[in-house]
Amino acid sequence: MDLSTSENTVIIGGGQAAAQACAALRQFGYEGKITLIGEEAALPYQRPPLSKAYMKGELAEERLYFKPEAWYENNNIDLVLSMRAQKIDRARRVVEIEHGGEIAYDALIMATGSRPRVLPIEGADLDGVFDLRNLADVERIRPRMMGGQRMVIVGAGYIGLEAAAVARQLDLEVTVLEMADRVLARVTSPVMSEFYDREHRAKGVEIRLNSQISTIKGDGKVEAAVLADGTELPADIVLIGIGIVPNDDLAAGAGIACKDGILTDRDARTNDPRVFAAGDCAVRPLVHYGRTGRLESVHNAIEQGKLAAASIMGKPRPNEDCPWFWSDQYDLKLQIAGLSTGHDEIVVRGDPAERKFAAFYLKGGRLIAVDAVNSPPEFLASKRLITAGASLAAETLRDTSKSMKEIAAAAA
Amino acid sequence: MPKVVFIDHEGEERPIEVSDGESIMEAALKNSVPGIDADCGGACACATCHVYVDEAFMDKVGAPEEMEQSMLDFAENVQPNSRLSCQIFASEELDGLKVTTPESQH
Repeated sequence: MDLSTSENTVIIGGGQAAAQACAALRQFGYEGKITLIGEEAALPYQRPPLSKAYMKGELAEERLYFKPEAWYENNNIDLVLSMRAQKIDRARRVVEIEHGGEIAYDALIMATGSRPRVLPIEGADLDGVFDLRNLADVERIRPRMMGGQRMVIVGAGYIGLEAAAVARQLDLEVTVLEMADRVLARVTSPVMSEFYDREHRAKGVEIRLNSQISTIKGDGKVEAAVLADGTELPADIVLIGIGIVPNDDLAAGAGIACKDGILTDRDARTNDPRVFAAGDCAVRPLVHYGRTGRLESVHNAIEQGKLAAASIMGKPRPNEDCPWFWSDQYDLKLQIAGLSTGHDEIVVRGDPAERKFAAFYLKGGRLIAVDAVNSPPEFLASKRLITAGASLAAETLRDTSKSMKEIAAAAA
Repeated sequence: MPKVVFIDHEGEERPIEVSDGESIMEAALKNSVPGIDADCGGACACATCHVYVDEAFMDKVGAPEEMEQSMLDFAENVQPNSRLSCQIFASEELDGLKVTTPESQH
């Protein structure tokens, strides 16, 4: 369907994918009106710093914005903020918003993102219990992050561990609870888990593995986290970081195909040719892996935002990079390329004790992912090799007498 | 406010103002300077904000730190005056700085 000369494109959502779609539509020459409907009050902003530099208080809010307000005005982009989209009427091609308003579309981009998974336990509504997803969450939690305060973090994923690192740097007493038998269990291998476990403990974080929170105790305000085995951990702050769920209800309610996210093709198009989805909320073909999946990352939001805009404008499909991610904790820069699911071999290059090493993941001899700690060459070389589908021998990757540049050149 | 001139690969110049302490990458994004992708938003994680620094300013801008240098090694068409613009922070000393963007960041 040719939508390139259509009059109205509506984007639901105000995060990275939405901002990218706006910029890409204008860059590709879209001349119609663009309306962005966002639930939050702030201009579209970057989320990664929320659990890193911004949480630490090192960045002003304005520095999180992708574009200043004037940019939207100059580009004929109508920002409808602090506004919830309530229903999509595909027959009439309108988005129904709060207070009875309607916004008409020719093309619609769902960039509705995700929300924190709720911990269904008693006390989760007490004052002092927080999620970490939005600017507003950080505004609430940061004034309480004073030295000496006791913080219990539920979930040792990236958000939980990044927050733990910030909290220790602000001199809080930090305990991390994890149900699995290692940190980062859902996202990486034991070798990385062991490394991050050691680093956090060395910085004074108490990590409790195989432990489950059963209730949060307090009279109006948090007093303690109570574990399944009865242990009580006194706490002033409880931060829940147990994953996110895609916001696909609005799409599903309109009859758009969803399954743990909004289903899209390679061009970010849903089963309705006028409706696209991008970012955390979308399930997409993972072309380097021969399957579909949902990715929770900046790279994915940017790429799908561009893919949706290119589809609307009838432009050639932009590059599909292998997925990539990063995480900053203390002075450790972790850069991840690819998806390690299904690997049958792990090769470690460098020495974790030197806090500079990489874990490569191979499947049938083919490189499918890397976790690189303070090792940009390993990350950047792998990103290319994975995208190209290169095969590499374990001993080649392990050989630190050869640079990654040499290894990549030989494999190409 | 220091002024920085971004020159695209076809030679078109775009002078922009950069607040003191802000990276020239951030200013480029806010002013929609083409040729700067900066996918990671300035975390020194992606190497998509590569620029070439005008020779006259090489000393004032200084050399990249180790992490940045190792990322630059993998950028396309890297030159001795290559830098990641997220790691160049504006100051009065850099007023008038000229940088050129490469044809592609990927």
